[in-house]
Amino acid sequence: MTPILEFHDISKVFFKGSQQIHALSQVTAEVGDGELLAIVGPSGCGKSTLLNLAAGLMKPGTGRLLYRGHPLTGVNTEVAYITQKDNLLPWRTVEDNIALPLGLGGRARLGKHERRERLARQIELVGLSGFEKHYPSELSGGMRKRAQLARSLVYEPDVLLMDEPFGALDAQLKLVLQAELLRTWEGTGKTLVFVTHDLTEAISLADRVIVMSSRPGRIKAVERIELPRPRDPFTIRFEPGFGEYFDRLWSALREDIHQGSEA
Amino acid sequence: MIETMLGSKGSKGSKGSKGNRGSTPTGTADPVDEVFLVDPSIRERRRRTLIVVVARVALTLVALLSWEMASGRLVSEFWISSPGAVWSALAEFAGDGQLLPAVWATLVETALGFVAGAATGIAVGLLFGVSSLVARTLDPFLVAFNSIPRVALIPLFILWFGIGLETKVLFAATLVFFPVFMNTFAGARDVDRDLIDVIRVMGASRFDAVRQVLIPSALVWVFAGLRMSVPFALIGAVVAEMFTSNEGLGYLISVTANQYDTAGSFAALLVTTALGLALTGAVSLLERRTLRWRPATG
Repeated sequence: MTPILEFHDISKVFFKGSQQIHALSQVTAEVGDGELLAIVGPSGCGKSTLLNLAAGLMKPGTGRLLYRGHPLTGVNTEVAYITQKDNLLPWRTVEDNIALPLGLGGRARLGKHERRERLARQIELVGLSGFEKHYPSELSGGMRKRAQLARSLVYEPDVLLMDEPFGALDAQLKLVLQAELLRTWEGTGKTLVFVTHDLTEAISLADRVIVMSSRPGRIKAVERIELPRPRDPFTIRFEPGFGEYFDRLWSALREDIHQGSEA
Repeated sequence: MIETMLGSKGSKGSKGSKGNRGSTPTGTADPVDEVFLVDPSIRERRRRTLIVVVARVALTLVALLSWEMASGRLVSEFWISSPGAVWSALAEFAGDGQLLPAVWATLVETALGFVAGAATGIAVGLLFGVSSLVARTLDPFLVAFNSIPRVALIPLFILWFGIGLETKVLFAATLVFFPVFMNTFAGARDVDRDLIDVIRVMGASRFDAVRQVLIPSALVWVFAGLRMSVPFALIGAVVAEMFTSNEGLGYLISVTANQYDTAGSFAALLVTTALGLALTGAVSLLERRTLRWRPATG
């Protein structure tokens, strides 16, 4: 598989007042084209920093970041960034929020017909039909998540960067949305980088799981998940093999959990 | 009884616009469950609203009545006039054709001053919000301008622009500018950085980010500034008229005061106050229309 994203020996320092925070230390990793990669680690391990680097919102301190073989010079507009916060524009209706990316950059030249068609398809896909004219404040948490996902898919990015997207949701809704995400992603050939602190979630979804240590963030373990697709997040944890993956990754993660929670 | 309860609940409050869009927030719960209509809290809420309205009316009546009683008995009518005399003076202004032209003149000055001050306030506020370099450079100058006693500028304005409309509009605008500017700037700084990041990843230019995120997001603050500065626009127009004019409510106030016509003064002040309330109401209405997306509170 050709890598779409390459992190070469990347380190990153932040300043919090006069205090130095070592977010990443010599991280080297690749994300294959079309791969679903999950990154797991305790809070403050630099998972989000990796995504910010991939989105071009931050520059690496030392080391190199390549996107399709080239270093990023600015914001990476070929990706979609989905965070725990839904980041919908509260003054726009569901419909206008999802249509937002279609009016930006080169897509502003899209025909009216094409635009309407894509919009309708996405709204249908995430099951928000009937709520087009609602404002985000009038939606439930799950519906806002769906609107956020639709807004990211509507402009057909090559890579989806997801930063604990379901972190704030209750356990049941989380499973429902994981299932919807897999159904939407499987077969599209899109690359998905999924950051989470939930090991079960990571194994359920990913082709490959990277475990990171707490500050400074380092890669501790990489595991290829060979569970068959299509997967069902409701039952996959009972599949043979799931437990072994979990045990191996958990032993890598465990040493850092305690440290991480103190930070 | 139930019908009227629903009717009065629906017609008041700020949720009126929501009903027009067809469905309730969750998109369900359309046929109202009967039990909720007899919930005592509905009646309690209505009762409290009624108390507030009755208390306001009573307070006004008591104040007017004690004024009327005190006038000529406790204090000479020369100083405090009386509600009856103020009413007659008002009727007289209306009758001899002084009132409407005065209101019109002040209204035009206020509106133009408000628009000019608000437009520059919003523009400079946004500029400050977009460029921290500009903000840091110009900050001390704006603080300096803001500490000038604005009334002291009127003689200069008269010198530069004469005693016509321009002086009044400009003076009102200088009063409106600062609150609008400060609120817009605060609003622009308050913008959620994550929203800007997310829209940049979608391919937004700097201009897109300002237009689609910064401005709509700052609008809540801008409107707070606008509402606050409506009275300032009116004060500006009236004060400038009192300095130099032969028309408007400010002129009416100063002429009546100079003639020791307290009733006339009160009448002119009353009209000015009513005008201020009406203009603030208009801006609030515009605010509610524009910021319809805000979750309804209360």
